[in-house]
Amino acid sequence: MAYCSTRLKSRPTYSWVGSPLLDRKLHYQTYKEMSVTSKGCSTEIRIQVGQFVLVEGNDDENPYVAKLIELFEDVSEPYCKKRARVQWFIRFCEISVSKQHLLGRKPDVQEIFWYDYPACNSNIDAETISGPVQVVALAPDEVLPTALKNEKTFFVKLSWNEENFKPLSPELFAELNKLQEGSPRGQKPMKTKNSSIDSPSWTTAKHGVKRIELRHSTSKSHQIPTHLVTPRARKRLELGSLPVTPHTRISQKISQVSLESPRRTKRKVASEITSPSKRSQPDGLQTSSPALKAPEKTGERRRSCAEQDKASHERPMILRTRVPALKTTEISQEITLDPLRGGKRSSVVPSVVLKPQKIKKRFLDDSKNDKEEEEFLPAAEIADSDSEEEEASTPSLPRKTRSCVSRNLHSSMKSSLHTPSKTPKKTPKPRMPHSATPQIRSRNLAVRGPASVLEEARLSLHVSAVPDSLPCREKEFQDIYNFVESKLLDHTGGCMYISGVPGTGKTATVHEVIHCLQQAAQANDVPPFQYIEVNGMKLTEPHQVYVQILQKMTGQKATASHAAELLAKRFRTQGSSQETTVLLVDELDLLWTQKQDVMYNLFDWPTHKEAQLVVLTIANTMDLPERIMMNRVSSRLGFTRMSFQPYTYRQLQQILMSRLKHLKAFEDDAIQLVARKVAALSGDARRCLDICRRATEICESCQNPGSPGQVTVAHLLKAVDEMFSSAYITAIKNSSVMEQSFLRAILAEFRRSGLEEATFQQVYRQHVELCRMEGLPYPTMSETMAVCSHLGSCRLLLVEPSRNDLLLRVRLNVSQGDVLYALKEE
Amino acid sequence: MSSRKSKSNNLIHTEYLSQNERDRPRVAERRQRETADPRQNVQRILRERFCHQSSHSNLFGVQVQYKHLIELLKRTAIHGESNSVLIIGPRGSGKTMLINHALKELMEVEDVSENVLQVHLNGLLQINDKIALKEITRQLNLENVVGDKVFGSFAENLSFILEALKKGDRTSSCPVIFILDEFDLFAHHRNQTLLYNLFDISQSAQTPIAVIGLTCRLDILELLEKRVKSRFSHRQMHLMNSFGFPQYLKIFKEQLSLPTEFPDKLFAEKWNENVQCLSEDKSVQEVLQKHFNISKSLRSLHMLLMLALSRVTTSHPFITAADLMEANQLCSMDSKANIVHGLSVLEICLIIAMKHLNDIYEEEPFNFQMVYNEFQKFVQRKAHSVYNFEKPVVMKAFEHLQQLELIRPVERTSVNAQREYQLMKLLLDNTQIMNALQKYPNCPTDVRQWATSSLSWL
Repeated sequence: MAYCSTRLKSRPTYSWVGSPLLDRKLHYQTYKEMSVTSKGCSTEIRIQVGQFVLVEGNDDENPYVAKLIELFEDVSEPYCKKRARVQWFIRFCEISVSKQHLLGRKPDVQEIFWYDYPACNSNIDAETISGPVQVVALAPDEVLPTALKNEKTFFVKLSWNEENFKPLSPELFAELNKLQEGSPRGQKPMKTKNSSIDSPSWTTAKHGVKRIELRHSTSKSHQIPTHLVTPRARKRLELGSLPVTPHTRISQKISQVSLESPRRTKRKVASEITSPSKRSQPDGLQTSSPALKAPEKTGERRRSCAEQDKASHERPMILRTRVPALKTTEISQEITLDPLRGGKRSSVVPSVVLKPQKIKKRFLDDSKNDKEEEEFLPAAEIADSDSEEEEASTPSLPRKTRSCVSRNLHSSMKSSLHTPSKTPKKTPKPRMPHSATPQIRSRNLAVRGPASVLEEARLSLHVSAVPDSLPCREKEFQDIYNFVESKLLDHTGGCMYISGVPGTGKTATVHEVIHCLQQAAQANDVPPFQYIEVNGMKLTEPHQVYVQILQKMTGQKATASHAAELLAKRFRTQGSSQETTVLLVDELDLLWTQKQDVMYNLFDWPTHKEAQLVVLTIANTMDLPERIMMNRVSSRLGFTRMSFQPYTYRQLQQILMSRLKHLKAFEDDAIQLVARKVAALSGDARRCLDICRRATEICESCQNPGSPGQVTVAHLLKAVDEMFSSAYITAIKNSSVMEQSFLRAILAEFRRSGLEEATFQQVYRQHVELCRMEGLPYPTMSETMAVCSHLGSCRLLLVEPSRNDLLLRVRLNVSQGDVLYALKEE
Repeated sequence: MSSRKSKSNNLIHTEYLSQNERDRPRVAERRQRETADPRQNVQRILRERFCHQSSHSNLFGVQVQYKHLIELLKRTAIHGESNSVLIIGPRGSGKTMLINHALKELMEVEDVSENVLQVHLNGLLQINDKIALKEITRQLNLENVVGDKVFGSFAENLSFILEALKKGDRTSSCPVIFILDEFDLFAHHRNQTLLYNLFDISQSAQTPIAVIGLTCRLDILELLEKRVKSRFSHRQMHLMNSFGFPQYLKIFKEQLSLPTEFPDKLFAEKWNENVQCLSEDKSVQEVLQKHFNISKSLRSLHMLLMLALSRVTTSHPFITAADLMEANQLCSMDSKANIVHGLSVLEICLIIAMKHLNDIYEEEPFNFQMVYNEFQKFVQRKAHSVYNFEKPVVMKAFEHLQQLELIRPVERTSVNAQREYQLMKLLLDNTQIMNALQKYPNCPTDVRQWATSSLSWL
């Protein structure tokens, strides 16, 4: 175990192979090949353009699969300069659950899908590539060659574009097949070469395995007479042949190693070195308890490896296998050895990359057999050094960006399904979601429900509690509804400007309208439409509005200027979509810029016939278009305007009544009082609700527990008083003697000079006199200064910065009458 | 070489041994002394109390507000009700202590402790919304969700946080308590974006949050933009230091007395007795009354007690009334008078000349030439008491006064203006000058006379 963990720490180094090819854009240098060398190991893996690779992702067990399209060096990136462009494949489990049913059948474990989704970032950090992998393209009606069910081979039948599964297009299919068939061909000439003994036998073995797979995939038959199986390969199959491996733990394996008899290891090693070809048959099959056997083997092999390579450069490796039990036995019996080939293979490919291996527990919800395997997952594998010719034939695929949203969503979902998933050491940058779905963690304890009438009332009085219907805004609701509905029915666009002071239900009414329209659309009364909402206050600067609209519309992500272009293109060109878009722009006044280009665009788009855009704008001031907008902007806004009047006391009363329908928490008089108070102050419904909520609290604290009464007028008056009374007078009353006499001195100085402003020095003289008269101790300058700045920090006084010292000017922030009143009380 | 090394090693070794031998009794002795001598302990306990706003000290006169606040927090934590509140009070009135107390009590409630997230922001540290958003992300541990990428642009950050908070709802998400210290500074941020969004969340069906603002400004609501103001629930708690002198005396006693769990019981008893005596002492009460008159803030009381406490030593084990009086004198000292005490006679003369100019020209600004002329008049009459310095020397003294900020140029110093004719103002009051002269050591009598009357040379 310790052996493994030390290995885990060593990170491989990545380097380019071959000379750079200058990209046409001139700031990239592209390469054909990359070599990966791990620290402790002399071996290296070469990864070439055109190969299929595994890319480290959030989920260690299921690395992403991709096809390498381009390798290049990005000088603009400060840290990871080695970049790669890939074409993604997607695993079934990465497709969102809601869409998985679209496949219509059970997916194979090894099945992956060509990910045909333009909005996905295909540009990744080259250092996240963990190794090559085998991908086989199949015709849609072909059965998966079950014998090839090896972890390292994937099958592509369909492509997935986030909406539906499609069969691979013929060109694509041909291209993929060429890739995969090209590899065996490329290896052929090398077979004639002589083998050299010095390469570690397990490497050979692995290549042997590879060969088998390749053969299978090409010939698609189960029985291939000329197959090599080195001991390693056989063992791998044995591992896979465990009928029902009940969750073997790695620790178990380790303990098995120690238990093993040295004699046996020795024998094995010897035989491997001397005559790998002669080893024909499997003690694995004879073993009565395969569950135990497998771990033993692992240990054995590892030991043998270590013995062979004294420098202990390599690390143990077990390939994941997923071959059904019956099948494997069959294969292992059928396999005949081809030592020659194996040896040669190893000499040809002496470079193997070893990467930190991860020990993982893996649950497969595989219906065939509940295999729960515990295994080493080799993060990197043997490189196929024979893809040069394919690479030339690989047409460069169009670069596509696909939004990472979906993918990441899945991966996070996956990790939640799996038991403790290790956080990846480094996550590939491009996979980093720009719009991940962050979430505040959920609470462990259930929310306690309301226990009394007052608590229930408080809940329904909270501003966030949305009532079933909005009372008192029926007319406005109808107007907006009619406006939007007519635009939807006519497939045209238009603007509407809604104004009103805060808390008059502007946004709530529009939401209600949209909600109703969406229901109507579902019932096919109006054509379907897309609804987008932006809020000027939730933007950092006006131009960000483009980014937000674009993102909500298409899920794309772009810079502000680019987004503006894309949106303009979309709204100004014919027939991009038949759906009408309803755009709600809240807090419009914050979108004001010097050139007013944001507002101009927002109001200009709907005028195009193709746009089918309905813009609803909300702001506070009624004459905003006239006050801040240029003529050409306000003219485009048009005259469809609506203003929300502040609520009258009757309306407020009705709102409160509707929220407190069946609750006898408030006296009727109390409701009327608060409605009248607020209507007189501002007509802000939020205030009204807040006061009532506070009143329930006061009522609760006044009542003796057990007998919760009703909220009375007295409680409400207290709440109103608490919220609206000015604190200045109490603050003056509670200030210290010196502070009070300083305020008196200010008043005296004002009276003397007849001005509303005085310098500190003048006030100080008055202050000294006052203190002398009242028998207070003589105040020093420093003390008086402290008093002055204290009053200034409370904003009872307005003072200049104190570096002006004696010359700083002092002014009262309260009316002189208030000060006198507060001081007289004593 | 090697032999020398080993030798020196040996030497060190023996030395070390011997030192160790010698030290052993000393260490024991010290340990004994430490347990026997509780002065160190007293200093440590009381200093801690005065310097840190330890939350275990009692709350004075804010029980009503405390109850209101704790109920509010509990409703957010347990019922998932969003709230917003402002705690307003002058500096040193215990706003931070109140919220710390409340949070401590809240966290002690079972089920709540791991059910609540806290975000502490300070207007002095998070000087703009961008930094504040990063800090929120950090404190909510959201950056783990997506690695380091969150710290992208400001716009991304904002939408990230908003999305995070929007995702939740009242019943399922963990409530978040936002504590905004120096709340008024957040109101100066551009568009008040952060405040708008926080208050908007607190008024809509999203993740339950409680926004608690602490500020000393009474006009805080006027700083809020109308939309922000409408979304704020208008709950305000005022902390006013509304206690009288008897309670102040009680606080003094409580702050100075030692806790019952003090190791040396006997000493603690004596100490507390002494504190009781002090609080009844007439002169101590006078000192405290004076202090109370100037400022009711507990921080200034702590300052006073800290100065008195630092006089406690082994030979002087208890605080006396004299200690407190001296501390008070230090506290109420005029800083400028102290500077004047350190001036040379020439500089004093210049200040007196300026004082006379102020008297004559009624606070009009003066320049060096005027001051020099005034000084020359005095020297010509009383040549024997003050040496007639040359003009450059006087200029130097004048510049020194400017450096000490006892005088200040009326407008910005321009390079080409002649220094002799630059207009200046005196930053000392007449009373300050006279008081300082009283205490000035070795002041020539003529100078003193000249100070009292500009005509004394006649």
